[in-house]
Amino acid sequence: MTTATAQPAPVTARRVRHTRGLPGDRGWRNAFWVLVFLLPSAVPLLLFTVIPMGASIWVSLHKWNLISAPKYAGVDNYVRLLHDPQTGKLFLHTLGYIAGYLPLVYLGGLGLAVMLNKKLAGRTFFRAAVFLPVITSWVVVALVWQWLLNPANGVVNAVLGALHLGQPGWWTDPDWAMPSIILASAWKDLGFVMVIMLAGLQAIPSELQEAATVDGATGWQRFRRITLPLLSPSSFFVVVISLINGLQVFDQVFVMTGGGPQGATQVVVGQIYNLTFRYGRAGDAAALSWLLFVLILVITAAQLAGQRRWVTHA
Amino acid sequence: MPSAVRHFTTTLAESPEPVTDRRGMPPRRIARPASRITVGRIALYLGLIACAFVMLFPFLWTVVTSITPGGTLSQGPTLFVKNPTLDAYRTLFATLPMWRIVLNSFAVAVVATVLQLITGSMAGYAFGRMSFRGRGVVFGAYLATLMVPLQVLVVPLFIEMKVLTLQDTYFSLLAPSMASALGVFLLKQAIEALPRELDEAAVIDGAGHLRIFTTIVLPLIRPSLATVAILAFMASWNSFLWPLVVIRSPELMTLPLGLSALHGQYTTAWDVVMAGSVVSIIPIAVVYVLAQRHIIAGLAHTGIK
Repeated sequence: MTTATAQPAPVTARRVRHTRGLPGDRGWRNAFWVLVFLLPSAVPLLLFTVIPMGASIWVSLHKWNLISAPKYAGVDNYVRLLHDPQTGKLFLHTLGYIAGYLPLVYLGGLGLAVMLNKKLAGRTFFRAAVFLPVITSWVVVALVWQWLLNPANGVVNAVLGALHLGQPGWWTDPDWAMPSIILASAWKDLGFVMVIMLAGLQAIPSELQEAATVDGATGWQRFRRITLPLLSPSSFFVVVISLINGLQVFDQVFVMTGGGPQGATQVVVGQIYNLTFRYGRAGDAAALSWLLFVLILVITAAQLAGQRRWVTHA
Repeated sequence: MPSAVRHFTTTLAESPEPVTDRRGMPPRRIARPASRITVGRIALYLGLIACAFVMLFPFLWTVVTSITPGGTLSQGPTLFVKNPTLDAYRTLFATLPMWRIVLNSFAVAVVATVLQLITGSMAGYAFGRMSFRGRGVVFGAYLATLMVPLQVLVVPLFIEMKVLTLQDTYFSLLAPSMASALGVFLLKQAIEALPRELDEAAVIDGAGHLRIFTTIVLPLIRPSLATVAILAFMASWNSFLWPLVVIRSPELMTLPLGLSALHGQYTTAWDVVMAGSVVSIIPIAVVYVLAQRHIIAGLAHTGIK
């Protein structure tokens, strides 16, 4: 009955809009076509994103090993997670990964972009070489680097040995395991960052650089005062993407170290996987994914707020 | 936005030097001491060659290892293999249904890409061209799903597949990548940028939404479709966590999953693991060589905004 009383309003609304829309935009016919165009995307998003997301809240409030019946546990899972010293370590490892990875890919990608923005012979080759790891899957990258950094018979330690330098245990040593993962990850993503920065560099009007040169600015001054500020939208994008992806790091860790040695590289998503599929604690895993989600939301919001302050547009 | 892609691709190719500047004068050249340029150039080239070496050597090493006889690997690596052999590849293909796995990876990536193009362009048309009540709210809801990474969804999605008894099927591999809110967003932007006069003229000719969409809109947003296709293909091709969670049978495995399983089985047989890596790099490297410009422009496109 409420529908009957609510009906007149949409009709007028539609009429008003009709004057602005296409001649065919009216009534049931329009509704039919809107549904035809929207349902193919709305149904999968609803089924495989929205519903699992809602279900995940429910799971996080239960004790469940995915086999026997789930038991309601209230916020116990969250309380336990927040009190568990292990949780802090997970986030610390994840942030440690980001802290090592981000400067490497950002500075490396920026440097390569600046070098490859010049006109030089073989530029296409260099760009392709740097970009090749980007299209290689994480699993392959992790395996290849596990082999390169093999402590016993890997090529990196062979070279270090020949130079009479120290031969770290790399991914088998708790102190070197995270640096090994960072190295492999930076190698893979360098080309992606380069492409983003290159696009940013090419969007900078060349008149600005020329004017500064005429005014006697040195190369460094031009880079510091013109290039870097005008690259800030690209830098911003790289930092946001790296942070969000870094918080979700999993593939390379799973393949290279499996979270070891001695839990030294256990990261948040790795623990979500272990809790669910190794320890049968789906409730804890769901609660942990919500903690991760909230952290991602907070960081994204903080960065969007900060964007206005430090992004300069040409 | 399509213009941004075009701008980028043209500047990526050698852009011709302007013969004259805006006032019709020949371009000004800022003179610099010649010696500094050459020293700088040499340093630049040395730096770039070092970088290219670091980027390419791991690939070379992968190939070299895969043809090294297994027994000699433990004695330390050599670049020039004495008795190259394809044994590792034989072991690889005997252990795993590799052809099937490569085919799976391709099929899943292609189907996911096609689905995302269809669902994304249709939704993009609805949001960019149709007027209906609650359009803003629905679009906001689409964008909200962008905030939810798959990593967070993995547990409930797995449970859902289990409840529907769909785990370990091709359908379950595809389920989370049938529609992407990012694709909808990019295509909506592209469709909104098209001049309205085009479809108004078509309406006068008696065309409906379906005809406007297929004959006018789709051909005009091809650059954005290419971007979405590349993002979708690469995401599916590289996807690991979801297949790891939902697939058990070797016949349904995709390459990353197959490789990870191989690694679990042959922890120290690096020749076999590297052979598997070579097999999984080759198909995507071929795709890359064929579509290099589009791939780079497509990825750069996501960064410009």
